[in-house]
Amino acid sequence: MFDFTNITTTIDSYLQSVLPHSLATLVECALIALCVIVAYLVFAIIMIYMERKVCAAFQCRLGPTRVGKWGLLQVFADVFKMLIKEIIEIKNSDKALYNLAPFLVIMSSMITFSCLPFDKGLQVLDFNIGVFFIMAASSFGILGILLGGWSSNNKFSMIGAMRSGGQMISYELSMGLSLLALVVLSGSMQISDIVETQTQGWFIFRGHIPAFIAFIIYLIAGNAETNRAPFDLPEAESELTSGFHTEYSGMGFGFFYVAEFMNLFIIAGIASTIFLGGWAPLYIPGLDRFNEVMAYIPGFVWFLGKTFFIIWLLMWIRWTFPRLRIDQVLVLEWKYLVPIGLLNLLIMTICVVMGWTF
Amino acid sequence: MNTKDVDIKDFRQYMLELHGQGMDFLREIVGMDWEEQGLGAIYILENSNTHECAEVCVKTTNRTKPQLPTVSDIWKIAELYEREVYDFFGIEFNGHPDMRRLFLRNDWVGHPLRKNYDPSEAINPIRLESEQEEDLIREYEVREDKQLAEIVEKQKILHYDQYIVNIGPQHPATHGVLRFRLSVEGEVVRKIDIKCGYIHRGIEKLCESKTYPQTLAFTDRLDYLSAHQNRHALCMCIEKAMGIEVTERVQYIRTIMDELQRIDSHLLMFSCMAMDMGAITSFIYGFREREKVLDIMEEVTGGRLIQNYNIIGGVQADITPGFAEKVKAFCNEQKKKLNEYYDVFVNNIIFRTRSIGVGVLSKEDAISFGATGGTGRASGWACDVRKRHPYAMYDKVDFKEIVHTDGDCYTRLLVRLEEILESIRIIEQLIDSIPEGEFRTKTKPVIRVPEGRYYTAVEGSRGEFGVFIESNGDKMPYRMKFRPMGIPLIAAAQKIMKGGKIADLITIGASLDYVIPDIDR
Repeated sequence: MFDFTNITTTIDSYLQSVLPHSLATLVECALIALCVIVAYLVFAIIMIYMERKVCAAFQCRLGPTRVGKWGLLQVFADVFKMLIKEIIEIKNSDKALYNLAPFLVIMSSMITFSCLPFDKGLQVLDFNIGVFFIMAASSFGILGILLGGWSSNNKFSMIGAMRSGGQMISYELSMGLSLLALVVLSGSMQISDIVETQTQGWFIFRGHIPAFIAFIIYLIAGNAETNRAPFDLPEAESELTSGFHTEYSGMGFGFFYVAEFMNLFIIAGIASTIFLGGWAPLYIPGLDRFNEVMAYIPGFVWFLGKTFFIIWLLMWIRWTFPRLRIDQVLVLEWKYLVPIGLLNLLIMTICVVMGWTF
Repeated sequence: MNTKDVDIKDFRQYMLELHGQGMDFLREIVGMDWEEQGLGAIYILENSNTHECAEVCVKTTNRTKPQLPTVSDIWKIAELYEREVYDFFGIEFNGHPDMRRLFLRNDWVGHPLRKNYDPSEAINPIRLESEQEEDLIREYEVREDKQLAEIVEKQKILHYDQYIVNIGPQHPATHGVLRFRLSVEGEVVRKIDIKCGYIHRGIEKLCESKTYPQTLAFTDRLDYLSAHQNRHALCMCIEKAMGIEVTERVQYIRTIMDELQRIDSHLLMFSCMAMDMGAITSFIYGFREREKVLDIMEEVTGGRLIQNYNIIGGVQADITPGFAEKVKAFCNEQKKKLNEYYDVFVNNIIFRTRSIGVGVLSKEDAISFGATGGTGRASGWACDVRKRHPYAMYDKVDFKEIVHTDGDCYTRLLVRLEEILESIRIIEQLIDSIPEGEFRTKTKPVIRVPEGRYYTAVEGSRGEFGVFIESNGDKMPYRMKFRPMGIPLIAAAQKIMKGGKIADLITIGASLDYVIPDIDR
């Protein structure tokens, strides 16, 4: 398997040799930031285009076809439209918080994005409490949503923000529990370690029943975290017009929109990293020839393939199901997912202790 | 129509007696202005079991401060109907709990449906400032000298320290410009105040200055999803009054078109309910099939939404040659597609938990509110005008009246979906045997309806649609009143939405399936 650390160490040593240490670090930081932002935008564009096409397919439509070949330029046209829109100043809104909120959301989503291991060594943030860090970084996006709803001086936004507060904080719990179960299995919290272990078999197979339950819980909770149907109550366009981002126009809305799509990508990315082996190719013990062939496929293809499969799964759900009601959302979390998650953690621990894993 | 004139003193007693005799369905209150004979109202009642009807007329000669006793405690729907009469005729109903204007602004001067109303702009200029919310009700008490006195203290409908959220007038789920003012506690709706009139066009007043054939143009613009039925009702009312016989062919065509329109409306109801609950794919599914109905209609009538097809004595144009084949093909396909709706939406667990047991309307309430159509039938009230007072071909075809008893949102949707099947059955029975004949009876260009009062009802897409005409033998109606299908629905909504969540409010609104232009005539 090709190791991207070779490239990064080469660049690093080159910069260190021509520049003083502190300046070199600074330049590296800037380069990495640039890469993250570019990757973020590229994936956002792919996601938005994919959403339009997938949704059209489910609804017996064609989706965008006019702007560019197969409507490929549709997203750019959308962004252009958003950029030329007037930014509306809301009377009696808390200006500072109102303008800050979209940045908080997109920041949290970018930080989480940079934790994703695209390939061996192709990862920005990687340290020994990686899973915790992902959980923490992804959960401060809720702050932006709450602030946006609060500072808009709009009752719909306020109700939407309160709903998202209740929902996202609750679902963080079962998301954490299902990830913890897998941390128990892997014995490490470092993302690169977790993936490395899975080159000997993906966790969803090695952890069998408890891992599978954790995977399902994670998908449900992850879907709720991204505020997408059937958990799109904070937005609920038929109830609260647009919920927390009702009052945002132009790129303020654009940031929320992009962050929502990218959160979907991140949720799917984490799922594929933790459960389906990230960049690790399919490994079946005993079939050596098969494993060799699989290993020829580059790691990032594996990672993106798995990620987009999960995204497609979530989009399928999003375009099929009606929306839940707020009390049903909370009942589902507190009466079903959390107890099952806790029990599942216990089962996983027992399995690991007794060695009942593959 | 045989109206019984009742003296204002005996009126309440008489109405109570009628209610005691089983006249539990108040079809309509028609406010009237007879100029020098005074102001008054005509009450059209029906026994929900035996379908006997009674019409009561009450008058007051006091034009400066006309007052009538309320019946809002006897029939719940009278609360909104009386507000409408108050709005347009200035008749105050003593004992009414909430005597505010229903449609017009609070600062409107005068009562527009009075015959001596002055519409000049000097009195009611175009006001550019926002309307001040009038959360106050006038109440009266009997003074010692037996005269009514206005109480100075006024009661608030919604209090300023409540958390008040406006759903509407511009809101995606009110399906038009209806406005709910909600007092919410967290997510729970505590109080509802419904505001109508954002697209009121004064059609009833307009009709008074139009000849009978001209009035037909307005009916399609009431409930645009029952355009055919509305116009059918008006044509039928005039035809009955004039004694015009329409040919069998016309009856067939009218029945088939009515049923196609019903399918169209019910498909839209299913789609919009799905969309209001967030299932957008189901919405597209419903619209996919609705498009085919509209295509058929377009071919026959030339219009998709506003069709102007029925005329007095027949229909505007004959059906097109390939009509029968296209309708049959559509019917066959639609039967299969209905299963798809069940698979993707109706049997979905999320939809079921959100709609079963939500917004339950009891049978008694349905009758008292006069909530006819799918809403009433979901509550166990067999209120189909096609069965109660058969018209056109409905007594000759075999179809089942869909009646469920649960009265919740889920049942209301089921009733609609099952009615699509029944409509298809009706169409299939008629489509192959459309008799030859004239598609219109020749009528004189100026129609003079004989003096009298006439009321005819048809089953619209969402309930009983009635037309009331009072004629004094002129070429224009003296008073024309349309019984809206929507007002009873929003009156019922006001009751069953209370105590639910905001999301329930949307579900209930979608399941009641009101159309705003029908409420705001």
